[in-house]
Amino acid sequence: MLLQTLLSGVLVGLVYALVAVGLTLIFGVMDIVNFAHGEFLMLGMYAGFWGWALWSLDPLATLPLAALLLFAFGALVYRLVIRRILDAPMLSQIFATFGIMILLRGLAQYLWKPDFRSVGETAVAGTLALGSLRFGRPQLAAALGSVLASALVWWFLRYTRPGAALEATAADREAASLMGIDPGRMFSLAWGIGAACAGIAGVLICTYQPVFPEVGANFILVAFVLVALGGFGSVPGAFWAGILIGIVEVLGGFLVGPAYKMVLVLSLYLVVVWLRPQGLLGRA
Amino acid sequence: MIRRLLPLATAALFALALPLLVSRPDAQNTAILMLMTAQLGVAWNILGGYAGQVSLGHAAFFGCGGYVSTFLFLQHGVSPWLGMIAGALAAAALSLVVGWPCFRLRGHYFAMATIAVGEIVQALVTNWEALGGAVGLSLPVTESGWRGMVFNQSKLPYYYLALGLLALSLLVNHGVARSYLGYYFRAIKDEPDAARSLGIGLTRYKLAAIALSSALTAAGGTLYAQKELFIDPGSVLATGLSIKISLAAILGGVGTLFGPVVGAVVLTAIEEASRRWFGGSGRGTDLVVYGLLIVGIAVFRPEGIAGLVRRARSRAGAAA
Repeated sequence: MLLQTLLSGVLVGLVYALVAVGLTLIFGVMDIVNFAHGEFLMLGMYAGFWGWALWSLDPLATLPLAALLLFAFGALVYRLVIRRILDAPMLSQIFATFGIMILLRGLAQYLWKPDFRSVGETAVAGTLALGSLRFGRPQLAAALGSVLASALVWWFLRYTRPGAALEATAADREAASLMGIDPGRMFSLAWGIGAACAGIAGVLICTYQPVFPEVGANFILVAFVLVALGGFGSVPGAFWAGILIGIVEVLGGFLVGPAYKMVLVLSLYLVVVWLRPQGLLGRA
Repeated sequence: MIRRLLPLATAALFALALPLLVSRPDAQNTAILMLMTAQLGVAWNILGGYAGQVSLGHAAFFGCGGYVSTFLFLQHGVSPWLGMIAGALAAAALSLVVGWPCFRLRGHYFAMATIAVGEIVQALVTNWEALGGAVGLSLPVTESGWRGMVFNQSKLPYYYLALGLLALSLLVNHGVARSYLGYYFRAIKDEPDAARSLGIGLTRYKLAAIALSSALTAAGGTLYAQKELFIDPGSVLATGLSIKISLAAILGGVGTLFGPVVGAVVLTAIEEASRRWFGGSGRGTDLVVYGLLIVGIAVFRPEGIAGLVRRARSRAGAAA
């Protein structure tokens, strides 16, 4: 029973990790908190839903297109809004992404109504039994997809030239631009990848979670916690923190009741930023 | 001096006489909403504007005011007037408990921590049976009058209560800005490192700012509970409310005395108008307008309406 709970927590946590990887990437590269990150996830979920509802496409088939769309959308948000507030006071930076969050929620409500919508039968329906352990196939697929996507981001940052340029910009914007790296293009790239991560997570979870305009709210809070725990800007940190928080959430919901699991996660966040403002796994 | 006081006196007279000119109940209700939002924006401004600590969890203090006075009245028959004071004290105490750890954080780290605090408080109250849980608390419709702070026939007394509370908040704000506290707040906001190196204990003054700010916010919470006679976590503790409070101040201009008042009037007018023109709030159009407005301000006018006015004035001065 305990093992079942732990493993379910890991599955949940891996999806959180992918959302947080995107958020921490944006944060690390340009020191801006994207409050609209949960809404990127919401858009991914709607992409999965509409692909299924309009063209009876399996969400997994929609995935590549959705990822591309979200990438373009993230870059667009950077071009239209974020680019203009790079040197603005902190207040403007907070409220710019906050405004985008509210705008996207409002648009979703206006276009697609506030109803809860669910995808029906998909390619990954059913449960998988391993001995006495039982896992939902949708959850397994989502976790697996999240690991692959997170690993892809990590590989991109580590082993490709644009990835190295991105890391260089994160480490020292001035020095990177002296080396001929255009910071604007890097920021745009970070927003594209960040949004695509959230969007992929959204498509992956729409096979077992209903989608509605405010669905991003819970994910953004959890993603904040992961970014803080993992060390602000650290992609591997966010990933491991995702697994940790997934376990805390499921185990906590099991031990003290589901109503308090968010309280538990957020309290953990406060304790961590209080004790180690640079993040649990971050370096001072 | 007269040139500065004259517009103020005119505005005060106008505010006092407004209900005599406007008698439609829905218009009066909008006016009350404007004043209440303005009061909250002014209270937020002490911490967020003058001391530069952006809180996105002020609903916790607002809800604290509403819940303390309502609970005391329902359980012990305590007058809402005393309840308002008790709520303000409780919110100040809560703010110190919250502020002490959170003030170690700067900038958006602080803002994120205050969101977490607000969400935690909302989740706890939602699961707190004695406070009505998710259902909330209702105040009985008792006899109308100033003693019980309940008015059934006309909403007019609430207008003057909100106006009085707004005046009090403006006075406190003005006093703080003029006193030595104001200088410390500005130092914390603009040059935290320099202030620290001069031996100014930043945390102490940040705590003073959050205590004042939260106490006034809680008083607004009690007034809200008395006006609506009903509170629940969704209406008085939601992060959306925290955002609205800060938005009023930001729209008008942070760190200015009357900025939040102007911001609250404009914000409430836009909200009411978009609700009326585009139908119910369930459609989401009010959110779209709201969102566009926030992004627009953040991108084009970070200094708010007060900045616009200042710019126009200096241009007029240059032309003359």
